[in-house]
Amino acid sequence: MRRYFGRKLLVYGLTFFVAVTINWMIPRFMPGDPVSSMVARTGASNPAAAETMRVYYTNLFGFDQPLWKQYVNFWGALFQGDFGISIWVFPTPVTEVILGAVPYTLGLMIPSVLLSWVVGNWFGAYAARRKVLDNTLLPVGYVLTAMPYMWLAVLLAWGLGVVAGWFPVAGGYSFSMQPSWSWEFILDLLHHWVLPFASLFLVALGGWAIGMRNMIIYELESDYSNYLAALGAPQRLIRRYAFRNAVLPQITGLALQLGVLVAGALVTEIVFSYPGLGSLILKAIQNQDFFLLQGTFLFIVLGVLIANFIIDIVYVVVDPRTRAGMAGAAA
Amino acid sequence: MSLQVNDLRVYYRTLKGDVKALDGVSFSMEDGEILGLAGESGCGKTTLGKSLIRMDGRMRHMGGTVELDGRELPIGDDRRMNDFRFREVSLIPQYSMSAMNPTRKIGRMVRELLRSRGATLDLDELESRLSLVELPHAVLDRYPIELSGGMKQRMVMVISTLLDPSLLIADEVTSALDVSTQKAVARALIGFRDAGFVKSMIFVTHDLALTSHIADTIMVMYAGKLAEKAPATAIVKKPRHPYTKLLLDSLPEVGVRYTEKRLAGIAGSPPSLLDPPAGCRFRSRCPIAGEECVQEPPMAEIEPNHFVACWKA
Ligand SMILES: Nc1ncnc2c1ncn2[C@@H]1O[C@H](COP(=O)(O)OP(=O)(O)O)[C@@H](O)[C@H]1O
Ligand code: SF4
Ligand SMILES: [Mg+2]
Repeated sequence: MRRYFGRKLLVYGLTFFVAVTINWMIPRFMPGDPVSSMVARTGASNPAAAETMRVYYTNLFGFDQPLWKQYVNFWGALFQGDFGISIWVFPTPVTEVILGAVPYTLGLMIPSVLLSWVVGNWFGAYAARRKVLDNTLLPVGYVLTAMPYMWLAVLLAWGLGVVAGWFPVAGGYSFSMQPSWSWEFILDLLHHWVLPFASLFLVALGGWAIGMRNMIIYELESDYSNYLAALGAPQRLIRRYAFRNAVLPQITGLALQLGVLVAGALVTEIVFSYPGLGSLILKAIQNQDFFLLQGTFLFIVLGVLIANFIIDIVYVVVDPRTRAGMAGAAA
Repeated sequence: MSLQVNDLRVYYRTLKGDVKALDGVSFSMEDGEILGLAGESGCGKTTLGKSLIRMDGRMRHMGGTVELDGRELPIGDDRRMNDFRFREVSLIPQYSMSAMNPTRKIGRMVRELLRSRGATLDLDELESRLSLVELPHAVLDRYPIELSGGMKQRMVMVISTLLDPSLLIADEVTSALDVSTQKAVARALIGFRDAGFVKSMIFVTHDLALTSHIADTIMVMYAGKLAEKAPATAIVKKPRHPYTKLLLDSLPEVGVRYTEKRLAGIAGSPPSLLDPPAGCRFRSRCPIAGEECVQEPPMAEIEPNHFVACWKA
């Protein structure tokens, strides 16, 4: 067991290392001088600020130091949670900007991913045994999964937002409000949350439902199901086994889909101008805010790796075979 | 009389038409009898075995009756048949290697299966049966993946016979095993019969040599029909049906008589069961076929307990 997780951690560590290194390399090996171009673009109107920034960036990049030292320093800063200073909202530290956006992204992603997974699996398993439902749900599921996130988001924003006017189509909360822990604000927050959540939830839902339906049908036709049926076991028992065994590949599927889900969430945020990491990336690109972009990417990589590791743990807890195999290997 | 099968017809529904995999099969078995069911692949052995316990979705019961211990089995009625499964008729499937739920410990699976059938687990009895097939009691605490092929095979044997069924169907249980394991499994099956765990048994195999070691009676099938049925020694020593003779000739060793013979399959291939020819189904491959063979030969008892379906037997 320890060896298994040790190996997993090593892989994740290596991935993180590579991601950070690439992130570090991009500004340094990009053609042209990123510092002067950044300073020129943002600091043109304010010569004093421009000079401060030039000194700051030159120091930060430490261009006078050898490359390996720059690299070590970069890691050192990283471990102190120092991603540099944002250009877009100068002089706020990038970390602070990111931490302000993270709750929105997590608040959108975690419920939509988990709920679509749970409801999709439940739906799929249910549809697998009902012809009528199967014939209606399946095509809907296919349409939903085939839909790009952006498309459904735009459709929902237009239909339920612009035309019906039920939900606001932009922002995390109303412009007229100040963030606070009042009921009024929380309701407003939820109101803004509904549409981006719904579009993420719906697109993912179809995929999970179809996957589960196919897995259940596969399990119900498998040898152990046939054996149980031949021994007269009731359908209840056979279905219970089939469901449990069908869920396992769905957990792996969740790990595999995580990257896609994150990308979907980022795009959806942009469509709804939702103040999460996706919108942050857009802002960073528009403002040539290199540190913000770098920091956000690193943050997302870290998040995906952590989520993957959690799924690994869950899988080991749920699938007894991995545990049995590990115990055997350890003995 | 333990099992009585009368003119049983079971077809597969396919897009091209009905596959007449079991086309008028009649035979009977005594209590305590081990019946070896032999024949080339595709002749309907598995279909016969499945018909007696659980037909799959494509199989249709087209006619005939099955009686076990004086009660008619509702073989075409999946729900009513459930009462008989496991308790009266049980099965060691062809796919024993994958017959157990991979994500349940074996002991727990057995307990859940028994409870679902309204029976309680007698752990002492289960453990003594494990000992009988030389499985450690610890297997109950393992997952199927932790067992070797032979162990899984024996575990499934124990599970299938736990409720002391009257009839056990063992379908190709030895095909996936090496020769020494085959012998052990065959011995264990005989042991189960002798211990009274099962009253009678249908031992399905395409391997006539092995059948002759374990079976009391051997029944040879050809293209969905019975060719010959007789006590094992009679089949081996004095086969009467041309197909049985050719089948024995193609074996490497069953008694000294056949050892010098060249190893050869039977020329030609069995007819399509979608649209089988009228008359004797073996006609196209039979070396002694004659005029009369255009008519279907009836199953005749040419000697006591020796049945043959051939005009020239
Ligand atoms: N699901 C099925 N659909 C159509 N035909 C089938 C099906 N299963 C078996 N058959 C046909 O029924 C015949 C008997 O098959 P089977 O009982 O499996 O033979 P055996 O066990 O003797 O090898 C074969 O000709 C086979 O092609
Ligand atoms: S009935 Fe005729 S064709 Fe059929 S096995 Fe006998 S001799 Fe051959
Ligand atoms: Mg078969």
